[in-house]
Amino acid sequence: MELFKNTKIDFLGKQKIFIGASLVLTAVGLVSWIGKGGLKYGIDFTGGSNLTVKFSTAPPVDKIRTLVSAKIGGEISVQEIPGQNSVIIGTPMKDELQLTAERKTLSDILEGNFGDKSGKLDFNNASADTLADKLREPLQQASVGMNEQQLRDMAKAMLSFKNTPPRSGIVTSFDQLNGVAGVTPQVIGVMKQQCTLSSFSVIGAEVVGPKIGAELRSKAVLATLYSLAGMLAYLWFRFEFIYGLAAVIAVFHDVIITLGLFSLFGKEISLNVVAALLTLVGYSMNDTIVVFDRIRETLKLSRRELNAQIVNDSVNQTLSRTIMVSGLTFVSAVSLLIFGGPVLNGFAFALVAGIIVGTYSSIFVASPILVFWHNFNQRRKKTPAAAGK
Amino acid sequence: MQNLKWKAVLIVATILICVYGMIGIPKSMDEVVTNWNNNIRLGLDLKGGSLLVLQVQVQDAFKAEAITVIARLKEEMAKQAIPFAAMDNTEPKTLAEAEKIEISIKGVPLDKTSAFRTLINETLGSWVLTPVNSTDYRLTMKPTEAMTLKKDVVSRSMTTIESRINGLGLAESSVQARGGADSDSEILVSLPGLDDPARVKSILQTAAMLELYEVKDGPFARMEDALGKNGGVLPLNTKLLKSVRAAASEQNEGWYLVARTPVITGRDLRDSKPAQDEFGKWETSFILSQDAKGRFGKFTEANVGQRLAIVLDNQVKSAPTIQSRIEDSGRITGAGTNQEASDLALVLRAGSLPAGIVYLQEQTVGPSLGADSIHQGLIAGLVGLVVVIVIMLVYYAMSGVNATIALLLNAIILIGVLAYLKAVLTLPGIAGIILLIGMAVDSNVLIFERIREELRAGKATMAAIDTGFAKAFLTIIDTHVATVVSCAFLFMFGTPAVRGFAVTLVIGLVANVFTSVFVSRALFQFEMAGKGSNAKLSIGI
Repeated sequence: MELFKNTKIDFLGKQKIFIGASLVLTAVGLVSWIGKGGLKYGIDFTGGSNLTVKFSTAPPVDKIRTLVSAKIGGEISVQEIPGQNSVIIGTPMKDELQLTAERKTLSDILEGNFGDKSGKLDFNNASADTLADKLREPLQQASVGMNEQQLRDMAKAMLSFKNTPPRSGIVTSFDQLNGVAGVTPQVIGVMKQQCTLSSFSVIGAEVVGPKIGAELRSKAVLATLYSLAGMLAYLWFRFEFIYGLAAVIAVFHDVIITLGLFSLFGKEISLNVVAALLTLVGYSMNDTIVVFDRIRETLKLSRRELNAQIVNDSVNQTLSRTIMVSGLTFVSAVSLLIFGGPVLNGFAFALVAGIIVGTYSSIFVASPILVFWHNFNQRRKKTPAAAGK
Repeated sequence: MQNLKWKAVLIVATILICVYGMIGIPKSMDEVVTNWNNNIRLGLDLKGGSLLVLQVQVQDAFKAEAITVIARLKEEMAKQAIPFAAMDNTEPKTLAEAEKIEISIKGVPLDKTSAFRTLINETLGSWVLTPVNSTDYRLTMKPTEAMTLKKDVVSRSMTTIESRINGLGLAESSVQARGGADSDSEILVSLPGLDDPARVKSILQTAAMLELYEVKDGPFARMEDALGKNGGVLPLNTKLLKSVRAAASEQNEGWYLVARTPVITGRDLRDSKPAQDEFGKWETSFILSQDAKGRFGKFTEANVGQRLAIVLDNQVKSAPTIQSRIEDSGRITGAGTNQEASDLALVLRAGSLPAGIVYLQEQTVGPSLGADSIHQGLIAGLVGLVVVIVIMLVYYAMSGVNATIALLLNAIILIGVLAYLKAVLTLPGIAGIILLIGMAVDSNVLIFERIREELRAGKATMAAIDTGFAKAFLTIIDTHVATVVSCAFLFMFGTPAVRGFAVTLVIGLVANVFTSVFVSRALFQFEMAGKGSNAKLSIGI
């Protein structure tokens, strides 16, 4: 199959439209960015604490907010993860000691309001060791023959069953445990006496103190800038300085626009999103280098100066590849966005947005810069020569 | 032809070596799964577990050092009959102030100046004496000594934390210096598979400083009572310690006046384990070392009828009366559960921390969240991969098969190398893999488009393949090297997460040059082998 056979699209002729579009997109992003008072950072960068809690039914978001706000100062965010019966409870940045204390307070609040007060062990929030300790004697009394190793293995197996999707951390009835390795009806009977099932399970926690937050922020930015500088140096070495500069400007353009989109859609920038931004930097750079390589090759063959025609031809010649590759990677990214779940969501969003912008920038940002620079140089060379006559 | 055979051998050997790295030589289906789980190490974010960054409060150790120095100095000065009015140390509150700790000595008479100076020079090698005025002095720590002390405190804390974690039996856990600027007092603890972060955090944070003191007086209900009985000041060589009330019924709650120096400290322990008393209540028993045995025996013999304070982390746990000579064992009562008693035994065995610790960061991923991420990531990855393969097959016909083989081989090599390197696969690592699939597809597409161009230009099939590969090769090298260069910087300056991304990507890039340039070309050669050099190639045109 061939879709882009001998295309002759005058990309550079339309560059004004596209550069205009780029500027508008950047401006929209920046306005939202500034209008909202900066980007929305995840707690890995701002510092603070997050607790991810899964409930057996739809989580009572407002109740949680009221309960937490009563005990912990500052702005409390309770964010529901759609379709997962889960919420992320966020508390703002404080100093390290306070954050650690608040982490405990949060657990206590959940325990006190959604837990069972009978004093039995909560199976949905138990660890394997505690569970084994709790069951050891009652099982003996119920004359279930089991040695220590078997007991520990069984406790592990039950918890691992609880943690596997579709349960994903919550068991609603002990009878569900039927069929887990080592579990007999007698064991379930003992479990029913000794344990309880609360309607929630803490499935994740993150506490980032101000020191680490500031450090992660500066490290992420530094790493990105250094790696861009590295690419610029390499392209300078392999091509010319202006090629490197053009590629880096194009990549910068992509990152700014993607961040703008994050701001527009109110999405959080976390460490994982930074990884996604680095990925899109890679993609965009890749795209740009392919076009540049073609330009260099055409220049060698034609023994002519760089001009709009050559750039246009090169873009057209590589167009089939560009569309194919972008299309294919776009498909994987969209699949990640749809099926990847909440943890990967921000990440996939950055990729989807980045691939579109990155492809676009190779053609409409990086290439015109080359032509512009060349024409500018030509004029500069000609002017003093003309004056000399 | 000979050449082709060798290529085939090389490719098959690569596949076998990588597959071996992933699953070894399994004898059953179960073993495939177990070996895979052993060889492919998942990061905390996928497997579940906790990552903790702790900061050692080095200033605590500096304070302790200053207090020891003061005690020693007072003793020496008394010996040499050098009087002084006051001696005190500053209290550094933060890490940065730790090294600036000072001891001030006031009111040393003028005629004793030279004797005092000689004493300091002889006894305190690691401190510098600066006169404030004719009778007052200031002692500061030599910078090199301060550095040594700091390093020593951090490394002792690390050892202690490590042995506590080992005591918990957590596999694959690691304790390491966090490294980086400004963070020489920070320790990174990673605990994969941990399901009880709250318990471990408290175990790590417990100072676990066990001391046994001779009780001089008490208990007093309030601190003021103790002072009041002694005319408002503490008697010489004593200090006040508060007791904790283990149960509401406990009677000896309050303050104890104890000897200033302990009879026995945590270092004198040989072993410690949980036990149950005659009523089935949990407690922690300990056994003293050979060296401490004699000392303790003598002390208890001389103090029968007196009370002994068992002090943990500066809190009196209990103050039983000494009934008879005790040689080598004791117990700490008041544990609520078996787990509490064994946790205390564990920290006592592992030794005390030389300074307090503060948690700078905690990242806990519950096992269910990790399992969900893997599950969803897997579905997303597979759907993406299948769609990509279908499109390539439709667009490039039979040549799409080559691309698919190259792509799958790339994945096999990447996972195999990760297994051999014992590298950990994390979420950002998966990001690297996605970029990689993109670049692998890219390399193949680049080559195929080139071959198509050459074919359109009327070249013979074999020549078109050769030129296509040759021309695309330069571009592939450029894109790959540029990415490797940027990965090198990411690795040098990035956070651990970003590093995982960089490592995965670099391995994959190298694999990709091999699969797309070498393997894919060999596949074309296999296809064309035995046919005429202008046989029709199925590449979608």
